[in-house]
This record gives sequence, C-alpha cells and structure tokens, in this order.
Amino acid sequence: MSALTAPAPVQPFTLTDEQKALTEMVRDLLGDAASSERVREVMLEHGGFDQSLYDQLVQYGLAGLTISEEHGGAGASFTELSIVFEELGRHLAPVPMLSSSVLGTTAIQVGATPEQQAAWLPGVADGSTRLALAHLDPAGRLDADPGVRAMASGDGFTLDGTAGYVIDGASATHLLVAATTDDGLAIFYLDAEAAGIERRAIDVLDLTRPMATITFSGVEVAADAMFGGNASAALHAALTAGVVMLACEQVGGIQQILSRTTVYARERVQFGRAIGSFQAVKHKLAETLVASESARSAAYHAARMLAAHEIEELRIAAPLAKSYCSDVYEKASGDAIQLHGGIAFTWEHDVHLYFKRAKASKLLFGSPKHHRALLADVLEL
Amino acid sequence: MGNDATTAEREQVNAQIEALFASHPPADTPEKEFWGAQFDHGLAWVQHPEGFGGLGVSPRWQAEVDLRINEAGGSTRNRYMNVLGIGMGAGTIMAHGSEEHQQRFLRPMFTMEEIWCQLFSEPGAGSDLAALATTAKQEGDTWIVNGQKVWTTLGHLAKWGLLVTRTDPDVPKHAGLTYFIVDMEERGVDVRPLYQITGEAEFNEVYFTDTPIPDDMRLGEVGGGWSVAMTTLMNERVAIGGNAAPRGTGAIAGAVEAWQKMHGEDGDAGLRDQLLSHWVEAEAMRLTAVRAKEAAQKGTPGPEGSTAKLQWADLNKAITSFTIDLLGPEGMTYPGGYEFTRPEQTANRDAGPHKSFLRARANSIEGGTSEVMKNILGERVLGLPGEPRVDKNIPWREVPRS
Ligand SMILES: Cc1cc2nc3c(=O)[nH]c(=O)nc-3n(C[C@H](O)[C@H](O)[C@H](O)COP(=O)(O)OP(=O)(O)OC[C@H]3O[C@@H](n4cnc5c(N)ncnc54)[C@H](O)[C@@H]3O)c2cc1C
Repeated sequence: MSALTAPAPVQPFTLTDEQKALTEMVRDLLGDAASSERVREVMLEHGGFDQSLYDQLVQYGLAGLTISEEHGGAGASFTELSIVFEELGRHLAPVPMLSSSVLGTTAIQVGATPEQQAAWLPGVADGSTRLALAHLDPAGRLDADPGVRAMASGDGFTLDGTAGYVIDGASATHLLVAATTDDGLAIFYLDAEAAGIERRAIDVLDLTRPMATITFSGVEVAADAMFGGNASAALHAALTAGVVMLACEQVGGIQQILSRTTVYARERVQFGRAIGSFQAVKHKLAETLVASESARSAAYHAARMLAAHEIEELRIAAPLAKSYCSDVYEKASGDAIQLHGGIAFTWEHDVHLYFKRAKASKLLFGSPKHHRALLADVLEL
Repeated sequence: MGNDATTAEREQVNAQIEALFASHPPADTPEKEFWGAQFDHGLAWVQHPEGFGGLGVSPRWQAEVDLRINEAGGSTRNRYMNVLGIGMGAGTIMAHGSEEHQQRFLRPMFTMEEIWCQLFSEPGAGSDLAALATTAKQEGDTWIVNGQKVWTTLGHLAKWGLLVTRTDPDVPKHAGLTYFIVDMEERGVDVRPLYQITGEAEFNEVYFTDTPIPDDMRLGEVGGGWSVAMTTLMNERVAIGGNAAPRGTGAIAGAVEAWQKMHGEDGDAGLRDQLLSHWVEAEAMRLTAVRAKEAAQKGTPGPEGSTAKLQWADLNKAITSFTIDLLGPEGMTYPGGYEFTRPEQTANRDAGPHKSFLRARANSIEGGTSEVMKNILGERVLGLPGEPRVDKNIPWREVPRS
C-alpha cells in the first residue's frame, strides 16, 4: 500500500487532543446540517445525496481527509476518518463518503500510477469529483467476476456489461469500473456521463444509502483511463477500508439508538412508572450497552490497524469488526423498536431508519457469516 | 369431552359443511353471499349458539371448516381482512352484548359488509391500557365522547369501533372504564392516517370531539369496561397467534423459498441448519396451536392464549429477518420502493419477503408487547408474584402519566 498516506505507528485507543477536536467539529457540523428532517428530505426528494452537506464536508477537508497534502487532501489517517464515519453513522448522513472518500480514493491510491493519482485525487479533495466503485456483477455476488467486460479496441478499450449495487452510483461524477479483460482484472476511471452508460437507481431498503445498477453498452475508454498498478490489490485494499469504515459507521448508529432509547425509557411512563424501571426494559438496554462497547473496541482496533498498514492483523481485525458490529447493530436497532413500542413502527419516528441501515449495512460487503468464514480461513480452522 | 360427544359434533359439523357446499359451491359463489350462507349454516364461529353464526360445538372444529372451504376453492380471507371484528369483536359481543347486539352486528361483520376497528390504545396508554384518558360523559340516554385514540388498525375503513372510555376519573383506573360500540360515521369522529415503517398506513389516529353514543351501544356495566376489554384482548391474542395453518405455511415458507433460490445448489451447511432450526420451532409451535384448538373450550380464551402469541411474534420476526439474510445483496433492496398508501387490509399475505420483514417488527408490539405477554404468563399462568404496583389503588387522576 505504498501510495497511501505514510503508515502511522499503531495508535492507542485513547483519542489525542486533535482527534477530540475533530470529533467535536464533525459533531457540531452534523448536528446542524444532518438533522432528522434534513436527512428525510434528502432521502425522499434528492435521491439520497445531500449536496449542501457534502459541500460543507469538503470545506472542512473531510472528503479528502486521507488524501495526501500534495494532492490537496489533509494527509490524515484512517484513524481520523473513522471518527468522521462514526459521526456520519449517528446521523445516517446521506453523503458519498463511503463511496468516494473510502472506496474510490483508496482504490486510486493503491492501484493508480503517480500521474493518475495527481490527475484524479485533487478533484475528490476539492469536491468536484465524486467517485463510485462499480465492481460487482448485477446480482452483487462477492465470489463472482465483475459484471463488466473490457475488450481492447484501437488505442483503448470498450466496456460492456452491468454492474450491480453501486453505492452512490446514480449521483457520482466519476466511476471506477472493475472489469475483466483478456489479461485479468482491470479498473477504469470514467466520467459517469460518458456515452453508453445507463444508471438506474435501485429501490433500496435503506433510503439513506442509495445504490444503482449501471449498464455499459459499448463504452469507449482511453488506455490511460486504466489503472497502471495492480488492480486486484487496489480492489482488495478499497474493500478492506470500506469494511472497516462501515464498522465504524455502525458503531455510531449503535451509540445513537442506545442513547435515544435510553432517554425514551426514562421519559415514557406506563403503570405509573418510567418504563426504564421495568427490568425487561432495563436489561435489554444494559445488554446493548455491553455489546456496543465491544463493537466499539472491534471497530476502533480495525481502524487503527488500517491506519498503521498492519496488513496481517487486518486480516483478523477487519472481518472481526464487520461481523460483530453488524450483528450488534441489527440486534440493538431491533430492540430499540421493541422498547419504543407502537411509536417506533411509524414512519415519522427515526428508529426504523436505523433498523433499515443496520440490516442493509449488515449485508453490504458480505454478511457476518461471510466475514466469519474469512476469519476461519485466517485462523486455519 | 367423551368420544361419543366428539363424534356427534364432528357429524353435525360435517353435515352443515356438506349442506353449505351443496347450496353454495365455494368456488363459484360470490364471497359475500358465501360468507352469509356460511354464517347461516352455523359455520362462521362454530362455538356460537345456533342462530348466531354457530352450532354450539367446540371451537376446535373451526380450523377444519376453514380448511375444507379453502380446499374447495372458497375464501376465508374475511377472517384477516376484518380481523378486529371477526377475531375479536365477535367474541366480545357474544360475551357481553345483548341479544339485539348479537342479531344486529354479527352477520354483516362476517360478510365484511361492515368492517370493525379497535379503539383501545392512546398516546399515553399502550401496555397500560387501563390508564386511558378518552372521556365519556352521560347526558340522558347518550354518552358524549372526547379524546384521542392511536394505532387504530383499519380505522379508515371501519363502520364500527370497539371503544373503551373513562367514565369515572376519581376511582382506581380499572374501575372507571366503560366499553362502547361506536359508529365511525358519527359526527365528531376524525380518522387520520399514520404512516408506518413500510410506508403504508394500515393504522390511524382517531380523534373524538363531542361524539354522541346512545346508551344502548354500551357493552357491559358502566364502570365495567375493563373486563369487557379483557375479553377482546384474550380473543385478540388467540386470533393473532393461534393459527393452526397447514405444515410449512406462513413465514417459514418464505424462508424455504429463499433458501431454495439462493442455496438450493451450494447447500450451505450453516444456513441449512439455521433454516431447519426455524422450521422445527415453527412446526412445534403449529402443533401447539393444533393441540390448543383441540382443547379449546367455548367462551373467552384464558391467559394461556398468550403463549402462542408470544412465541409466534418472536419467531415470525426471526424467520422473516433470516429470510432477508438468505437473499444476500437482494436483502438490501425494497422492490417497488416505499409507497405511501392506505391499504385495504393488514399485512398483505402476498407481501413478499421484504415487506413481511418490516411488517413483522410490529408482531411483538401489537396486541400486547412480548414483555407484557411474559408478565402475564409468569403471573397468571405460572402464578409467580406480581411486581409491586404504584398505580392500582389510587384514583386514576393521581397516577403519574407521560
Ligand atoms: C401495527 C400495530 C397495530 C396496532 N393496532 C391497534 C389497534 O387496532 N387498536 C388499538 O387499540 N391498538 C393497536 N395497536 C397498539 C398496541 O396495542 C400498542 O402499541 C401496545 O399495546 C404497546 O403500547 P405502546 O405502543 O404504547 O408501548 P408502551 O406501552 O409504551 O411500551 C414501550 C415498551 O415498554 C415495555 N413495557 C411497558 N410496560 C411494561 C411492563 N409492565 N413490564 C415490562 N415492559 C413493559 C413494552 O414492552 C415496550 O417494550 C397496534 C400497534 C401496532 C404496532
């Protein structure tokens, strides 16, 4: 991963003063700009992309947080980015950070030549480029070849096929398309509006994370649009980073529903007492508290290993975090519905948005079962 | 029940089924007409007395009647499309209504000419139903109702509502309640949709502003509403959970289908075991429902009805969630998108796995939450001591509420 920001030494779990300040800053920003009303407006009326919030993230240097200063970024590590993701997860903020600042950026950093990086990354940092990674087949199968095929033609290539489950695929300005060629896997950098590309929004469970099916019909690309480095390594690194940042985002969601449900259990009175005084309610919340602490540890550990480029440990830490945080989030958000009673079943109430985020993010980048199987391989079990 | 009596009942039921099928072939008779004839043959609620939609036999035969109707190509969908009436209102009217009520309401309820809703819950009174605050004040032969109900399933389609009100705020909460049947077309009834997790609005908020109800629409005594409400709830829990459907139907069928589609070829051992573990529990639960039906007595079901409701709710949630997991990436979708509509029935039977998954979240809330079901089973069936209560012996007025 030589092209990434230089590896930081492994950081302790405790946040530095600067990291604390970053937390405060993002929290303040999202508290105002990613209110529940705003998130709902964006998910229902703007296809799940909040341009104005994204502009603010760009202004604060968050879209290019892990991009080197040389390319207009902040040159920070994934530890810092994990802080941002936790906060995004608290608010279900509908911005293309996972797609562009994690998947797309990391793929370029690992698999593109220095010239390509110099050409492509500054746009991400300054907000003019929003990347989406199109690497799956139409059914989104992890173990299948990409749905797109690239044939050499003239000086460049022609792309044909369909990529499924492209996160933020409909709103991205540029696509990174993984395709099979006669020489193996390749990744191409394309203008999302190029001739022959058709993007269709998928009806998603979690409206705060839009996805698209993208069809390529004879799309012409120049030779220099193909990643000059190792495409497989780029894809692997991008997805590993995606998995880890997703786990951090899940931790934010878990935290948010735990605190909201706790507040509700203190306020809601039935039988002349706060429902939080019933052990059935109290115990469920205490269980979520315990699980949330472990989820946090798993996600933080993975983020620190990612930041430090501890590749061997990441093979354990990433699937650990993704499988555990997904399961905890799903259970915690389901319990949150239960503990709120009928009100949580209404569209107006926010709990269902977290419940849907939990289920969809559990299945994104492979289910917990998939990640436990990866772990079993590493552990040679 | 002795074997002779059982045989006699079976013959009686069979004779009526055959007579019904001869005069009204299930597959060829329009639904409403068929349901009317079914009622007249005593096959609507077999346990009711003759003339009231029943034959005065054990309720255990009902499942068989419904199965035969389905097998013959007839429909029993009135049971879930008008579930608040057929599943809950009917038993309440039989137990607490006058003969006039029974004559007036049961048949059009069963034929679906009149849809029913249940006006129990309020913003401040869910699990603690007896805390409700909607008032009814007597003026001569009429009661004047004011207040707000919530989560009123099918309120937008209903002609009649089962309404519990507070008629005396100065006595302990259970003692000050009175139960009515309210005409949803009466003045001062305002039904507003509440959209839910699926985007649809099955349920509603209902506001009453000086709505008049004649005293002869009261069920039970003034101040006796709690025991009438309990009858409705006991019937509800059996209606929700006690379904002795054929083996392999319901949520587990969806899971099996998803398994076959996604893993029929690779036969993933871990998921297969999980599927079968759900299948086993679903089947054991179904057999419990069959057993409960056989043992069922005429009259209002007891607290043991909560067993089935509790198990069904949690299992249905688990299975529908597992089904989404089985679908893999497709589990991240919501085919057709969220549509903000007011459906004609609850929980569309052919909703597909995604909507079923979301709809099932309510199963452990509606009709009494799983926590409350466990309290009931612990205290009323197992006889464990109750929790200390702060709200039982003081006037309703003085009980803290949120
Ligand atoms: C889809 C749907 C349809 C419905 N349809 C109708 C309808 O048609 N008519 C109608 O009248 N109502 C209807 N309801 C309302 C339903 O009966 C109530 O939602 C239910 O009784 C719970 O009340 P609540 O929502 O106020 O939750 P609350 O009572 O506020 O409960 C919140 C949480 O506290 C817990 N809790 C409360 N008391 C205790 C206790 N003593 N011990 C332990 N835990 C406790 C609950 O289990 C729950 O987890 C419907 C609800 C839903 C979701």
